[in-house]
Amino acid sequence: MKIAGKKLLWKEYQKEIATDHYFYARSCIRQNFFPASETTFLRVMREELGKDVYEDPRHTTCTGIVYHTDLVRIETTMTVIARQFSLMTQAGYHNYIASCITSFGLYNEILDLWEHHPEIEQKARELLWKATKREFEKPQNIAHASDIIYKFRDDIAARGKYRLINQKTGKPLKGVEHIGCHYSRMFPHKGVGGAEYPYVLAGMIETFGGEVVDYPERRHCCGFGFRQYIVKANRGFSVASSKKKFESMAPYKPDFILTNCPGCPYFLDRWQYAISEMEGVTYGENGHGIPVLTYEELAGLILGYNPWDVGLQVHQVAVEPLLDKIGIPYDPIKKYLGAKGESLGRPEKPSVLKVY
Amino acid sequence: MSMGNIIEKLKEDIRFVEGLNACINCGTCTAICPAAEFYNYDPRQLVVDVQSNDEEKIIQLLKSDTIWYCGECMSCKTRCPRSNTPGLIIMALRALSQELGYFTESEKGRQQLVLKRTVGEWSLKHGYCMYPESITTNNFPEQGPVWDWEHAHLHEVMDRLGANYQRDGVGVLRRIPQDALDEINKIFEVTGGLDRFENIEKCSRKKAKELGMQFDETHDNEYFDHIFMANNGQHQKD
Repeated sequence: MKIAGKKLLWKEYQKEIATDHYFYARSCIRQNFFPASETTFLRVMREELGKDVYEDPRHTTCTGIVYHTDLVRIETTMTVIARQFSLMTQAGYHNYIASCITSFGLYNEILDLWEHHPEIEQKARELLWKATKREFEKPQNIAHASDIIYKFRDDIAARGKYRLINQKTGKPLKGVEHIGCHYSRMFPHKGVGGAEYPYVLAGMIETFGGEVVDYPERRHCCGFGFRQYIVKANRGFSVASSKKKFESMAPYKPDFILTNCPGCPYFLDRWQYAISEMEGVTYGENGHGIPVLTYEELAGLILGYNPWDVGLQVHQVAVEPLLDKIGIPYDPIKKYLGAKGESLGRPEKPSVLKVY
Repeated sequence: MSMGNIIEKLKEDIRFVEGLNACINCGTCTAICPAAEFYNYDPRQLVVDVQSNDEEKIIQLLKSDTIWYCGECMSCKTRCPRSNTPGLIIMALRALSQELGYFTESEKGRQQLVLKRTVGEWSLKHGYCMYPESITTNNFPEQGPVWDWEHAHLHEVMDRLGANYQRDGVGVLRRIPQDALDEINKIFEVTGGLDRFENIEKCSRKKAKELGMQFDETHDNEYFDHIFMANNGQHQKD
């Protein structure tokens, strides 16, 4: 079929995403700070969508944070990445899913580098063999995990128990989305919607019944900046970047923020707490913050998973105001219990930011 | 390093080659750059200086705070009308600054030791660049009381959230098998990663001595504390 007209115009903003049989590489930051997001992703993939997702305990950090804190040269990082591909090859898979945006960006960077400089790919093969006696095939398809949820958003919505509709007013809930910088800024054609119109999260919000709210600083970085957050002396950069976004989005009264990068939900959640302590300012309703969700958490909530199974208790900004609006029931007494129902106490309350 | 070699050294870094075509000095990178908004930093000027081939200027840059302000968000790559990437040029400059030992000449550059001893060493020891046991609200106060609670009950909370923390097998924060960690360490060895780490240690020890500060291999020494916290207040725009 000849592609013409608007379809041709938008073709470069489309992305091919594999439909099944995936090798899944976890994210270091997500495992530390939003562990249940990855658990939820696999639950959705396997139990709801019936997909084959393989993981290998031997995969490690891709060295993305080490690379972007400039501790190692590209030779080290591309060889570690070659090893990840070797694990995929060994398991007989061809479709690679990265849980991390930094990893996803790096995989694209390295594959692009190898495509334009075959001698560098050859060097990676030699280095990997020298270090580990391993060989590898390159993935046929690379997706970020948010691409996968995006691809199956209609199936998730169809199976869903809830919609992003305010139960009291009947109106769509307002979501702002924040795309991780390395999702499509470096290689626009690798992301859904490219760098100009990234649609990966907006598509989920709309399909799940919500309304996407545009705001001036929608595309500003959350302020991780790698060394700009990890080193305490530099964190002014990080908090200032997030604050710029909060002040820009707050007048539009969003009901939630949706993110796809492992670091962004952490910064957008925790800097709201820090700003409330530093300046007494909160950005949500009635002294609360604006709830921040990962895309896996959102998918889990839509499907009717228990909010505490999805991991909302490890957010600093309370998500309950959003649950109330959607009409999702939750048991406050069970929020901070352990896996066996044992009491683990509860976190202290912040001095300004209201929590439940 | 003798004059005449700096440009050649930079050109050995593929990121420098890929990141710098002819800059037309339009300033689009500076307009879009989050670091330029916060810091006294201008990627347009940096690219002009590098493009000048003036080795004196480039050596000054390698010893300066300027090259350490970028957050590597790579917004500049999207927007440059000539397909330059100041962020990649920065990465090449930072690599050379560390190779030549110039990074300890600036407050921001000296911070590389903190990064090496945290995300760098955690990656080799655990196979993860972050590791929850090592993160406390003492060093990361913005983690908030919810992290204090989680940290106090790490195994229980991880179990509740479906993790496989410090156990064998697949899953969140599983124990990565020793043979896998050995392979990662070997990769660092054959690709020069360990040499870079050793050089960061060596140059930092020398700088600590020069500054008369106590220095040891822990995270609890005068030099480490100093570089983690020091901010001379001169980095931001007026």
